[in-house]
Amino acid sequence: MYRVWYYPRKAVEWVLLIGVALVFVFPFLWMLLTAFKTLPEIYQFPPTLLPEQWEFGNFAKAWETGPFLTYVLNSFLVAVGILLLQFFTAVPAAYAFARYKFRGRNWLFGLTLIALMIPPQIVFLPVYVEMSHFQLVDTLWALILPYGASAFGIFLLRQSFMQVPDEVIEAARLDDASEWKIMWRIMVPMAKPVLVTFGLFSFIYHWNDYFWPLIMTNSDSVRTLPIGIWMLKASEGGKHWNMIMAGNVMLVFPILIVFFIAQRHIIRAFIYQSK
Amino acid sequence: MREPSAVAESSPVAVTQVQEQTRPWSETLRPYLYVAPALLFFALFFFYPIVYMIYLSFQDWTLLNLEEMEWVGLDNFSTLFSDPDFHLVLKNTLIYTFLTVFLGIAIAFFLALWLNRKAKIYGLVQGAIFSPHIISLVSVSMLWMWLMDPQYGLLNAMLESVGLPPSTWLADPGTALYSLVLVSVWKVVGYNTLIFIAGLQSIPQDIYESAALDRSPAWRTLYKITIPMLSPTIFFLLVINTISSFQVFDTIYIMTQGGPVNSTNMLVYYIYEQGMDFYNGGIASAASVVLLGLAGVLTLFHFLFLAKRVHYR
Repeated sequence: MYRVWYYPRKAVEWVLLIGVALVFVFPFLWMLLTAFKTLPEIYQFPPTLLPEQWEFGNFAKAWETGPFLTYVLNSFLVAVGILLLQFFTAVPAAYAFARYKFRGRNWLFGLTLIALMIPPQIVFLPVYVEMSHFQLVDTLWALILPYGASAFGIFLLRQSFMQVPDEVIEAARLDDASEWKIMWRIMVPMAKPVLVTFGLFSFIYHWNDYFWPLIMTNSDSVRTLPIGIWMLKASEGGKHWNMIMAGNVMLVFPILIVFFIAQRHIIRAFIYQSK
Repeated sequence: MREPSAVAESSPVAVTQVQEQTRPWSETLRPYLYVAPALLFFALFFFYPIVYMIYLSFQDWTLLNLEEMEWVGLDNFSTLFSDPDFHLVLKNTLIYTFLTVFLGIAIAFFLALWLNRKAKIYGLVQGAIFSPHIISLVSVSMLWMWLMDPQYGLLNAMLESVGLPPSTWLADPGTALYSLVLVSVWKVVGYNTLIFIAGLQSIPQDIYESAALDRSPAWRTLYKITIPMLSPTIFFLLVINTISSFQVFDTIYIMTQGGPVNSTNMLVYYIYEQGMDFYNGGIASAASVVLLGLAGVLTLFHFLFLAKRVHYR
């Protein structure tokens, strides 16, 4: 009896599994399909699934509504700039927290944990005032500097550094390696998987960020891609959904493609906080 | 879940530690120099702004003219708390947070119980439900605006095709807030599910084996073993999801601008409006202090809970 029902039950489960997956993935497909439709077609009701006539021009039209090359470059500069700063501030801090005993260590590490828990968006207003005192509002610095140190990065790297066996460091020290050299030449290569994990997390987070650039910028030369995409909707009266979706494809699909290539790493990067 | 304080206690004693008396001063200074750059950034862009924000909440000021500030004591707070809009904002934030957190965790819990298997298909579905989490909220918002378009949107077409009445979604004060909840649940469920799956996998299997030997029914195993063993995970998700729901901004700004008739105006959006659009710096900082207080209390709970767990082990 049990055997007889095995395959039908499996089939029902597969249908449910695919159904659940579609709830989360189909909206992205819909974005892509809309991006290839003509304007009259998107205003048909009920909507068509596949475009009746594939319209490839929406992407070019979206790209030409604003300085998108600048937006893309700014997004890269900001995300990479933040990542580099975070790397160079996190490595020494994590090394000190993991490998030295010093007065005030727990206290200072506690401050880092507070910065980990409370999101920086909460203090956007005073940071904005601070930036305007430094005359940095509406520059890329205002987007990069507030994220110069990552509590999450320090936390991850510290754990990874603590797992390096003492013998490795002893051996290096016998070879007269300086502390500085041990840190960059021995510890950092050993923490490579964690660095990849953290790098993906940081890059995706800042590539996607909308709030901070919205607050800190107001001219095209320093705007990032998410702002550009949003302005596409604001400036076009918000009704050319095929073009708007084409713009969003430019923002979303690079990340989705990276996700399908490095799914394991990215999932680990994002769920690591709970460990 | 591994709690930081436990790690600190069990960590191997640092080999770099030299006897206090014989250590040259340059070596004593070294760890401080190593942590200095990171802490300098935290100080400049996190801790100092917090203090400064509290100071600003006692001032009457505007972004238009930062030179002129006037000490007004607690006036901003009393104005804030007597503003009926702010009451509505708090109410919206609480409803939104409660629904998002509750639904996001409950749905994820059942998905995790179902999807926590080895076969390849389950991994693929896990990846699929996680994918919205890594997408910019800008795109998520625009995509859902299009799906929720009252006239031409896919959602209403689907409702009509199965004979249900169409919804007004974002266009009506009665449904707009729930539409935003739907979007954020859709975005967060995958993350929560994967955290739950990680939690499920850390439960020792022999507990389940002995439960099976005792012929414990499935619901009882769930209630007596799985849920208690997952309580740290549930607690972690409660704190993380609540803090991030308190801060909802992007979806509001793009999808509803707080409307219709303030029905989706919530804390961070209110702060943004007061500070950047209406130039009420004092009110905006006072509201920020309220938000900071809420996040601070939650964080404190989290740390106290973690500290307690260390003793139980």
